[in-house]
This record gives sequence, structure tokens and C-alpha cells, in this order.
Amino acid sequence: MSGGSGNPVLYLDGVSVVFDGFKALNNLSLFVEPGELRAIIGPNGAGKTTMMDVITGKTRPTEGTVRFHQHDLTKLDEATIANLGIGRKFQKPTMFDALTVFENLELALKAPRGPFACLRWILTGEARRKIEGVMEEVGLGARAHDRAGVLSHGQRQWLEIGMLLMQDPELLLVDEPVAGMTDQETEHTAALLVRIAGARSVVVVEHDLEFVRALGSKVTVLCEGTMLSEGSIDHVQSDPRVIEVYLGR
Amino acid sequence: MTLRFVLLGALLVLAVMPALNRLPADSALHVSDFLISITGKWITYAILALAIDLAWGYAGILSLGHGAFFTLGGYAIGMHLMRLIGTRGVYGHPTLPDFMVFLGYKELPWYWLGFDSFPYALFMAMAVPGLLALVVGYLAFRSRITGVYLSIITQAMTYALMLAFFRNDMGFGGNNGFTDFKELLGMSLNTANARAVLFYASLVLLVVAFFLCTRVAQSKLGRVLVAIRDAESRVRFLGYDVTQHKLFVFVLSAVLAGLAGALYVPQVGIINPGEFSPGNSIEAVIWVAVGGRGTLVGAVLGAFSVNALKTWLTTVAPDLWLFALGGLFVAVTLFLPRGLIGLFSKAKS
Amino acid sequence: MTALILRIALLLLLALPARAQDAFIAALPGLAGGFSDIAASVDRLGALGDPRALPLLRALQEGKLQKTPDGRLLLPEGAGTADAVTGQPADVAGAEAVRLNNRVRQALRGALGRLQLVSPDPAQRGAAAEAIFRGRSAEDVPLLQAAIAREQIPAVRAKMELALAAAQLVAPDEAAKRDAIARLGAAGSVEARALLIEARTANPSLAAAIDVSIATIEKQLQIRRMAETLFQGLSLGSVLLLAALGLAVTFGVMGVINMAHGEFVMLGAYATFVVQELCRGTSWLVPWALPLAVPAAFLVTAAAGALLERGLIRHLYGRPLETLLMTFGVGMILQQAVRVAFGAQNREVLSPSWMQGTLTLPGGVAVTQNRLWIIFFGLAVLAMVFAAIRLTRFGLEMRAVVQNRRIAATMGIRTGRVDAMTFAFGSGLAGLAGVALSQIDNVSPNLGTGYIIDSFMVVVFGGVGSLAGTLVGALTLGVVNKMLEPWAGAVLAKVFVLVAIMLFIQRRPKGIFALKGRAAES
Repeated sequence: MSGGSGNPVLYLDGVSVVFDGFKALNNLSLFVEPGELRAIIGPNGAGKTTMMDVITGKTRPTEGTVRFHQHDLTKLDEATIANLGIGRKFQKPTMFDALTVFENLELALKAPRGPFACLRWILTGEARRKIEGVMEEVGLGARAHDRAGVLSHGQRQWLEIGMLLMQDPELLLVDEPVAGMTDQETEHTAALLVRIAGARSVVVVEHDLEFVRALGSKVTVLCEGTMLSEGSIDHVQSDPRVIEVYLGR
Repeated sequence: MTLRFVLLGALLVLAVMPALNRLPADSALHVSDFLISITGKWITYAILALAIDLAWGYAGILSLGHGAFFTLGGYAIGMHLMRLIGTRGVYGHPTLPDFMVFLGYKELPWYWLGFDSFPYALFMAMAVPGLLALVVGYLAFRSRITGVYLSIITQAMTYALMLAFFRNDMGFGGNNGFTDFKELLGMSLNTANARAVLFYASLVLLVVAFFLCTRVAQSKLGRVLVAIRDAESRVRFLGYDVTQHKLFVFVLSAVLAGLAGALYVPQVGIINPGEFSPGNSIEAVIWVAVGGRGTLVGAVLGAFSVNALKTWLTTVAPDLWLFALGGLFVAVTLFLPRGLIGLFSKAKS
Repeated sequence: MTALILRIALLLLLALPARAQDAFIAALPGLAGGFSDIAASVDRLGALGDPRALPLLRALQEGKLQKTPDGRLLLPEGAGTADAVTGQPADVAGAEAVRLNNRVRQALRGALGRLQLVSPDPAQRGAAAEAIFRGRSAEDVPLLQAAIAREQIPAVRAKMELALAAAQLVAPDEAAKRDAIARLGAAGSVEARALLIEARTANPSLAAAIDVSIATIEKQLQIRRMAETLFQGLSLGSVLLLAALGLAVTFGVMGVINMAHGEFVMLGAYATFVVQELCRGTSWLVPWALPLAVPAAFLVTAAAGALLERGLIRHLYGRPLETLLMTFGVGMILQQAVRVAFGAQNREVLSPSWMQGTLTLPGGVAVTQNRLWIIFFGLAVLAMVFAAIRLTRFGLEMRAVVQNRRIAATMGIRTGRVDAMTFAFGSGLAGLAGVALSQIDNVSPNLGTGYIIDSFMVVVFGGVGSLAGTLVGALTLGVVNKMLEPWAGAVLAKVFVLVAIMLFIQRRPKGIFALKGRAAES
């Protein structure tokens, strides 16, 4: 199933990460196609977050190739990678608590990022409309001028997804987006991610198998830092190796 | 709204002080020479406090070495003032300051050249601190040295400068530093006129610095800085080059501190390496903490109130001052994290 | 017949030791004669090397040797006088002191110098060898050779051999000279070098051999200088180690930045001073004041630390910058409190006698004893910290709380108590540093400020949270500092080291012994 057609957006080949002798990733290979929605599941310690760290430049791989289009991500820093068009939502929603919802989104909005550009920045009508549009989309329109620190956990998840949308990235890495959400919110999120994919590639890490099923996408199962199985949700759920890992041996 | 009126009122009071100084001494509104010179000094402290607040209150860069930028600015102007003494020195040498004659210098060291020009000295008062901040900041921010590590590095920086400036062979007068200044821009320094001019210059710089900092704080850059302060790595994942933003604010802050030092030295009439001592820098940080960091008004308020307390206490009970200052550090961090400004806004709500 | 044989046997028995005595006794009468007789007699006595000549010549030198009109010599013996030959008490009636002139005095100096070589006191023998080395003459050669054969103590023998080489250099024997030159080269002292340089002009034929020896000495001296620099560096390093070990616990393990740490060091030094003052009244306690100060200083600063942690710092956990400012204020208050209580001037803490003086290691490297003690003390404290963290229940709980506070709490560890104890432990270590510093630095209220920045540098440089890093960091900084000093001066050396650390942190932001992996992320 690897490879597929022509030019993957994201290309990981033989990636290993070693912390003090512990192999967090072990010869991992992964390809994501343009416009693809991909779910990644796996037990705790499978290396899901480390994989995200490697792609976004937070952790350097011990060996292996990591490419986004033709860019070698192992040589770039976080900011440069983000500016190439890779957005990330963290497992624990992180945003700027002292700033308002509006300001958080404004910071995420795709615009020149240098200090002088920021000093000269003027909020245009177009930018304001874009921010307001995203606020509606993630259901935070009424809370535009509340500080992010006072939002509930679910709302924080939404705000972070909103920030991701503001960045207008080509590839979205979404780490456990529905943790702490109600069933209704979970459904809404699944629909949103499906809608976003197509125009861009989305990689979702999740524990919630119902949610993954709702995404209806190809699923990759990670275990002990390496790929265990790949295919449709039904395919991986019937894979005996996956069953063994999840249910114990 | 009320705060703005209070500020405007305070500014007005400050603005008329030198005029009141000219009133006859028996007038009820007479302002003494002492009050003028000490207030002038406090204004330069307030500018230093603004500079520290911009870096610490907004970007979370707690520099314990801002006294070094302030002092370097002071030394730059001090060098100009030394050159202006000319033949009026004890040894009467036309170009060499007294201490150089005493130490057996034959000619001016190359880095003293040009300081006979006021614009050059003023430029250096900004450029030297700015350049130092650029180098130290670049090295530190690039390696992602943050928090207390950065504080300790900056403290070591000012400590190293203090040790270096204490040496006679640095060519900056060793532990005596510079003093016995005569004139600046054609004014004899020990006159009411000169005091008033320096006072107004400081006040203007304070107002300009205040608006400059407000401009930065209220721009998107200000929000990026706050974001860096609260969650630095998240800002990186949004695609901002954190090093550049921090460097911008650190250098700006150092330049402001240097200018403040440049106005401080002609008003107090002396500069020596003791000003580099780490204690001075950390004392300036506590002004900001007392006033309320992250609010520019707070920084100014803190500088004035702590120094007023210091002046009063060191005259009535000198032994108590260090207890009081130490107590301020403890009390503010434990009970008043938002400073006096936080107290006001709490009272209002 | 039997009686005759017995008498002969007795005479023979007496005669064996008496032969040497005869020479000694035979030399005596001259002392009662004119000045030139006295001088000749002194020279003979000096050359004999008989130990009994020593008190005699000393008495002569001090003007206490008396002669009777009939030519007997009398020595002061206790309150009275004794006959110099028989040792029997004698009558002083009519006796007068033997007088000296310059020629006699000169002869006396030489003779006494030689005679001291046979003194029972090793220090005197050593001093005699040094005196001969300085005033060397060819006549000393046999005397020294005899003394060397008898000598048991290596340090004294080394001095004698050096003196012998010096004497041989001025003796006519060419082969002995060459031998002496080689031995002087091996001795490797500044004196030997001066001697060789002097001999070079007198013996052009031996110039090549002398040059070789001088070069050997230069090399040895250089090595010795390096060894001494190394020792000074280790000494400074051990001081830094002591000051930084407490930080390695409070900052390195707990992550609490305590700017009052330097003031805790200062408190430890004052505790030492107070213990010394308390012991002053009881004379047998005086040499024990310093060992007693060790637990006292630890307890005082540990108590202060526990108070600081429980009272103030724990309210600021998770806010390092505030903790930094707050503890700086506490340090200020402590400093001022001590200034008010004890005065601003330096207080003197004495070193016990067993810590004073210098020790000369093989190769002539001189080390001061108190600094040597501090190096051992530093290593002992390091071992104690290591054992406390790795081997005790307290250490285990401490590490557990640091790694995961919530899980530690659910396992029944009282995290608050562990915090307080850990902080108290680290602060107590600062007190120990204060005890050591009281021996080599001025005990004044601002004692700690000079060490705090360096200590933080040690911890950051070595790697936060690593004891091995703290050790290596402290010793490296100490040695590098001392190596730079002769080249750049003390102040600039310090500046260089600070700049070097800042640059080093560029390459390895987490120090030499960096933690890797997830543990390093937080």
C-alpha cells in the first residue's frame, strides 16, 4: 500500500529516533498523498507524538528521510517548517491564554511574520472577515473578545483547530482533536476534518476508534515506533497483529 | 480614563517643576535644586524601567543586566564630557583626560577618538548598548536560552563588564570612572539653566519612550511578544521566528536603556564601574515589579515610587533601606504579582 | 699475673672508643691559648664531626666557655660549671671567659655548620646542609659523604646531596665535578640552577655538560610550576564545587533558583565564627572548633533553608522568575541582618594548627595545607551528596517527587516534607561551603555575592541535574581560571571564563552532562 501515485506531500522513509538507547521511532515509513485524510492510531508509547515532533522540526531523527514536497525537514527549524505550510494542533491544546480568541486567530492568520512586518501590521477588512469566518466555523463567534485562558477544554480544542485553519496550511497534523469533547462536538469535528481534507492533506492522531470510523479514511497503525498495519478501518481491525497489540497477547 | 488624567496631571506637574525652581526661595511653590536634580535622575530611571518592562513584561525576557546597557550609555556621554574638560583638568592637558595623564598615556586610545563630538557620543550611547544586546541576545536566543538561564547569563554579562571596567588599562578611568565634568553643549553643568535643560530632555525622552513602547505593545508585534512570553514553542509552530522578535525587542530595550544612562550621567555628574554591579540591575527590575510589569504606566510608577521610598528611607533610617528593599522583593512577588497597577485595577472593579 | 692480664684487657677495651676521644680531647687545649690557637682548634673540632664538640663550640660562640689559669676549660652545666674534659663539676674561682676575635668567629660559623650535620635533630641537620650549600668549600666533601652515609631521613639526605654536589663543583676533582653537574641537573631546584650558571664561567671546559643540566632543571621547574598551577586550580575548583553542590541540589534537582544561596554560604561562615568564639573560653576545645563548626553550619543553614522553602518559596513553584527575584530579596535581607548583628567589618576565623603551614610534595611542589584540606573536604561532601541521593530512602523519595510529584504523592510520599528536606539539604551544603570559605576568604556580610554567579555557571556548564557535571564543571572552571591568570591577570581571566561559558552554552545549551530524551524536554 505504500508509495501510491506519483508525488506524496509528506514522505517519511526509514525514520528512527533514539533517546538514550530507547527507540521512540524504529525505521518508520509513511507517505501522505495530496488532499488525503489519514488517521493514525496506536497504543500509548507507539511513537505518534514523536512522529509529529519529527515532522514539525521539534525533534531531529537519528536517521532517515523526512520530506515535505522537495524540502528536507530534518534540516529546518520549527518556524520555517510552519511557514512551508505544515500546521500542527497539539495533543494538549496550547494557545496564548493572555490573548483574546480574536487575537489568537489573528496571530495564526497567514501574513508576513517578521518583527517589522508585525509592527506595521494593520488589520484590514479582508483579514477581519476571514477571522470572523473561522470563528463562526468553530463556534466561537460569541467569544471573540474573551481571553483564551477562560475557555472550556472543548472550546480550546476548537480554537486550536481554528488557528490551524487561519494558517491555511497544505498539511495539517492534528493530535487527538476530540479528547474532552461531547459526542455531538466529536461528530461536528469529524465532519469538519473531512471537509477540510481534499483541499489539503490532513493527518489525524486519535485513540477514539468511533471517531476514526466516522472519518472514513485510510488508517495507519503504529506500534513501538514502527508501522504495524495500514488500510481501511475494517481491514486493520481484523488484522491479527493489531488485535494482539490492542487486546494483549 | 481616570488613569489617563492622573498621568496627564503628573506630567504637567513635572513639566512646571523647573519653572517653579526659578521662584524666590521663600515662595510657597519654590522647588529646591535638590528636588530638581533628584527628579531628573528618577525620570532617567523611569526610562530604564520602561526598557526593562518592554523586554520582561511583554516578551518575558527577564534581563538582570540592563544596568549594563544603562551604564554603557552613561560611559559614552561621560567620555564626551571628559573630552570637553580640556585644559581645565588638574594636569591641564589639551586632549588627554586627567586619569590618562596620571597613568602615563601619550595619546588618546583609538576608541576615544570622535567623542569630542556630541552627536557621535549620543550615537554611541545608543549603538554600543544596542550592539552588545544584539550579540548577547543573538547568542542566547538562538540557543533557546530562556527563563532563569537567560537572567543568569545577563547577570554574568554585567558582572564581567564591571570587572573589566574596574581595570585601569581598559582606558575608562578604572574604579574612579569619570567625574568633575564641566560643560555640555556649551552650558556649564552646575547651573540652574543646565539642570532645567537636562530635566526637560529627560522628560521628553520619557514621553517619547512611553509612546514608542505603547506603539510596540499595541501592535501585532506586542501580541506576538506576549505569545512568546506565555508559550514560546507554540509561536514557533505558528511560523514566527522567535529569535528575530526577541532580538528586536531586546535591542530596542537596550538602546532605550543606553539613552537613559546618557541623560543620567550629566545630571549626577559621575559615572564609575560600580554602576555595572548586578545589584543595580536587579534593583531596577524590582521597580518594574512593584509598579506592575506588563503595563508601561506601572513601570514608570514603580521607578518613581521605589526611588522616592529609597531617598526618604536612606535619610531617616539608612540601616533599614536594604531590609525594606529585600522586603519589597518578597512582598511583591508573593502578594502583589501585578504590582501597584494591579492593586488599583482591583480597587476599581 | 691475673691482675696484670685483667688490667691490660681493661685498657684495650677502653682504648677502642678512646681513640676518637683522644682526637677530640687533643684538640681542646688550643682553646685556652691565643686567638690563632683557638681558631686552629675550632677548625679541627669542626672537621672531627664529634657530637660532643657541638655544646662546646656553642658555649664558645655565646661567650660562656671559661678557662682557668691552669688551662682547664669549664662549660656551664645547669646552674654551675663542669670540666669540659671530665664532665665533673668544677670550681670557677679564677676562671675567665674565652674571648673571640673575627677570625675565631668565622672559624666557629664554619665548624658549627659542619657539626650540625651530626646533630640528633633532623631539622638542624637539614639546616646545616643548606648552610654548607650556600657557603660551600672543597673541604666539606668528605664530611658530607660521611653524613650522607649515616642519614636515614630522605628529605634531609636530599639536601645533603645537593650540598655535596655544590661542594664538589668547587673541588679540584674533574670526574667528581661532572658527576655533580649531572646530579644538580636532576635535583631541579632554583638554587641548583643558580649554582650551575655560576660554575659555567669558572669551568669553560664543562660548559656543554652544564648547559644540559640547566635545560633539565628548566624543564623540571616548568613542570613544577604547572603542578602548582594545577593545585591552585583544583583548590579554586573545590571551593566552587562546595559552593555549587548546594545549587546542584536546589537548582539542579528541584529546579528552584535560589539567589540567596550565596548568603547561605555566608551564614555558614558566620556560624563557623560563632562556634570559634564559643570554644575560645575552653582551651581544649579550641583546636576542635572547626570540626565542630561543620555540623553547626550545616544545621543552621539547613534550618534557614527549610524555613525559606516552607515559608516563601513553595508559594512560587512553577514561577522561576518570581522565585529568582524573591530569593534575591531574601539574600539582601540576610546580608543586611548579618551586617547589623556582626558589623560590616571582616571577622577573623583562625585555622587550627593542624591545618596551617605548607607541605612540600615530591618534586618540590609546595601546597598550603588548608587548601589541601578544602580539596579533600569538597570531595568528601560530594561523596556524601552522592550517597544521600543514590543510597538513602530520602534520596529515593526526593528523586521520585522530582520526576512525578502526583504519582509520588499517591504512593504515600509526603511531597511537601520532601521538598522542605531537599531544600534544607541543599542549603545545608551551602553552609558547609561557608565553613571551608572561612579558612581562605574574608568572613564579611558580602562573602557570598562573589561566589553566587560562579556557582551558577558551574551548574549550568556542568549540566543541570548532574553531580558528575558539577564536579567536572567546578574543577574545569577552577583550573582554567588559574591557568589563564598568569597570562591574562586575575580579573581578565574571570571575564574570559565568563565569555567562554556563554559561548560554550551555544554549542551545548544543556551543559557537558546533558540529560537526553523526554526527561530533558520539560
